[in-house]
Amino acid sequence: MSLTSAERGVNLVISITGDIDQHNTEELRVKIDRAFERSHCKHIIFDFSAVSFMDSSGIGLLIGRYKTASAKGGTVAIAGMTNELKRIYNISGLKKIIKSFDTLENAEDRAASKLRA
Amino acid sequence: MEITADKFDNKITITMRAKSQNESFARVAAAAFVAPYDPLLNDLTDIKTAVSEAVTNAIIHGYECNDGLVTLTFCSKDDEMLISVSDDGVGIEDIEKAREPMYTSKPEMERSGMGFTVMETFMDSVDVESAPGRGTTVIMSKKLANRAG
Repeated sequence: MSLTSAERGVNLVISITGDIDQHNTEELRVKIDRAFERSHCKHIIFDFSAVSFMDSSGIGLLIGRYKTASAKGGTVAIAGMTNELKRIYNISGLKKIIKSFDTLENAEDRAASKLRA
Repeated sequence: MEITADKFDNKITITMRAKSQNESFARVAAAAFVAPYDPLLNDLTDIKTAVSEAVTNAIIHGYECNDGLVTLTFCSKDDEMLISVSDDGVGIEDIEKAREPMYTSKPEMERSGMGFTVMETFMDSVDVESAPGRGTTVIMSKKLANRAG
């Protein structure tokens, strides 16, 4: 598992590669929260195009980051999930609070427009 | 529930330390066991995810992140997969409550409380045998989808 973060205007783009499970969620949480805290971004966008696996530990991680971003008036979005990842996303009820987009570009546009609205 | 070897075409048992780094090994082992039956990708992902949930529960709830052993048993009969995950940890006092969606006894760990819901959704059946102080065994079954159908 590896993580990179990039500030793109109002969006903090977090790109994760590999599996997301209980073993690495704590490390991910610390890294994401630190990057978000240090940034001037309002929204967190997860690029999941290189995530090969996620179980409910990842759902907990995403809900936690949603709370963090919401506290700053921002939102969270996910981009590039494979069909396999979408299975757990769909049953988790996560879609009510965290939108999914096919591409990172779409997710970034949407988050930015929400800010302007 | 006793898993008797002679009822199945194949059976593999793996015992591992209750370490979170072994969660990925458990998933890969499940995938390797199922692979010869030529599963659809969805079925393979469902099984890997359910195993990951059960092993995670054993580690963080069963043993509360302390040392212990987790035993996985994979059995197959034609295209029917039976998987059990057991621990000798603290056990579950109220199984019905533990299975409720969004219920977690560890909100401070950012657990979503969706572990059993994921297992129940992705597998055909999920049985839980547990009692306080007597460990937990989760037995899950799934019939693989017919590729041609």
